[in-house]
Amino acid sequence: MTWLNPGGLPRRQSFQGWLFLLPLMIATIVVIVLPTLATVAFSLTDWSGFGEVTFIGLENFRQLATDASFLQSLKHAVIWTAIFLTVPIFMGLLGAVLLSEAGPLQTFFKLVYFIPVTLASVINAHIWRSLYDPFRGAGAVLEGLGIPFLADVAFLGEKNLALYAVAWVDVWRWWGFLVVVFLAALQAINPELYDSAKVDGASWWLEFRHVTLPGIRVTLLFVVLITIVGSLNVFDYVYILTQGGPAGATEVPVTLLYKSAFQKYEAGYAAAIGTTMSFLSGLVLVGYLLLQRMGWEE
Amino acid sequence: MTAGVNVGTARRRWNLRRALLVYVPLVILAIVALGPVLVLLFNSLKTGREIVQDPLGLPDAPQLANYARAWRQGHFESTMRNSAILTAGSVLGVCIISGLAAYALGRLRVRGSRGVVTYLFLATTAPAPLYVIPLFFMWTRLGQINSLSGLIIIYWGVLSPFATLLLRSFLLSLPPELEDAGRVDGAGEIRVLLSIILPLSWPGFVVVGLITALGTWNEFFFANTFIHSQRLKPVTISLLSFQHQFSNDWELTSAASVIAVVPVVALFLVFQRRFIAGMTAGGLRG
Repeated sequence: MTWLNPGGLPRRQSFQGWLFLLPLMIATIVVIVLPTLATVAFSLTDWSGFGEVTFIGLENFRQLATDASFLQSLKHAVIWTAIFLTVPIFMGLLGAVLLSEAGPLQTFFKLVYFIPVTLASVINAHIWRSLYDPFRGAGAVLEGLGIPFLADVAFLGEKNLALYAVAWVDVWRWWGFLVVVFLAALQAINPELYDSAKVDGASWWLEFRHVTLPGIRVTLLFVVLITIVGSLNVFDYVYILTQGGPAGATEVPVTLLYKSAFQKYEAGYAAAIGTTMSFLSGLVLVGYLLLQRMGWEE
Repeated sequence: MTAGVNVGTARRRWNLRRALLVYVPLVILAIVALGPVLVLLFNSLKTGREIVQDPLGLPDAPQLANYARAWRQGHFESTMRNSAILTAGSVLGVCIISGLAAYALGRLRVRGSRGVVTYLFLATTAPAPLYVIPLFFMWTRLGQINSLSGLIIIYWGVLSPFATLLLRSFLLSLPPELEDAGRVDGAGEIRVLLSIILPLSWPGFVVVGLITALGTWNEFFFANTFIHSQRLKPVTISLLSFQHQFSNDWELTSAASVIAVVPVVALFLVFQRRFIAGMTAGGLRG
């Protein structure tokens, strides 16, 4: 423990420590912090991205509040969040609970479930674009087998289906990740708790509610956090599969931001969208940190 | 005697029921996960006509020529090189940046280190839309659009915070007096880091290297925004334009997808335990 006290070592350590932190601080300040501050600043301006910047106060936000396409994209983000808070979390929990009983085959199934997680979005999108195809996809095969109701359905071209079809592709590559996360949390639960539940004759549902759920609540809360923040800012699969179409049916805030900034050259307006979405994400984050402070993690 | 036999069969039957209850849904989930990937693999080995006639089935005679065509027409020689450069630059930089920082946060007494950890958590969760627009116009000014090194620097900034948090928790788990011997000998902190900490913490660096490599190889948002010239496109971005260009030749686009996947799946299968451990350590971005 010599390093705790003598000869001004801590102060020298502190100085050297900051030297070691310097590259990280520079990289994050240049790439994240300064552009973040600039986004907030530009959200108050009329700016094409090049040339003149005109300060217009809160005008962009006033416009956003009545912009039908933005409000619609916000609605899609809420639907997306609802889907992601239920479907993949249910599949992930189911997979993890079953895997914890799977014995020697556990590693094998875990590996299989994890493979879609490691594939690039462009590839997963290609796989599902093929399967969704009305003439050469799964619907056509089912029709051949005598199940006709999915034939000729263009999942990605149908206004009422497209958002769910895109969301499913993202769910499909995401739930396997949650299986592994939840399994790690399950394995950290003290097995004696299950033993005493068994002695008390608890049903599997009571066991799940009173031992499993409390045991993984820290993990669950974190998953809920990254799910909401990720859903509010969803972009990749929508952009790759539908570009927001058909007729805006899958438009989400970030595809709108992308088009405003890089296709319509309304960078100020796009910055206002970015600021709004980040403000909403920030609220969720604050909620998470408050719960953490309140001792939810103990 | 009879009663005993009955209990025995009852228990065995119950075990069979339990096994079915566990394994049937596990197998269904496995089909959900792997089935679509297999369809991709099958389609990449069929002729175009076969795909129309039998979209989900096995290929009649594997068409390996699809791969040769996809490799040539998909510009894989240059896109693979670009992806390799991006991945190597990103991994190397992130390991150095986050290695130094994690050493400071995990092994040294640094004033304000708790604040830095909170800052890194915020940087990890910061959504890209918050900063991408000014970053794009800043990079335009600096001549860093259509530049692999410009994109690598973005990956350093975006991927280092999580890597640092991961390495820090790894370094915190090493026993506390490790460095003392080196310090008593009068070695500087860089020497202590390189000769004492690094040899003990390389498994942590392997994990960070793997998730950084995967994150870079598969990255879409920044690569798509910052690289437009075909000559510099990484595999994923080039694949997207290839898919649009040959949207009717599924055998070709499927073969190209499989080519793009092979390096990742190979790496994943070899290092799967470290991969999974690293990616689930604190949740992966997006």
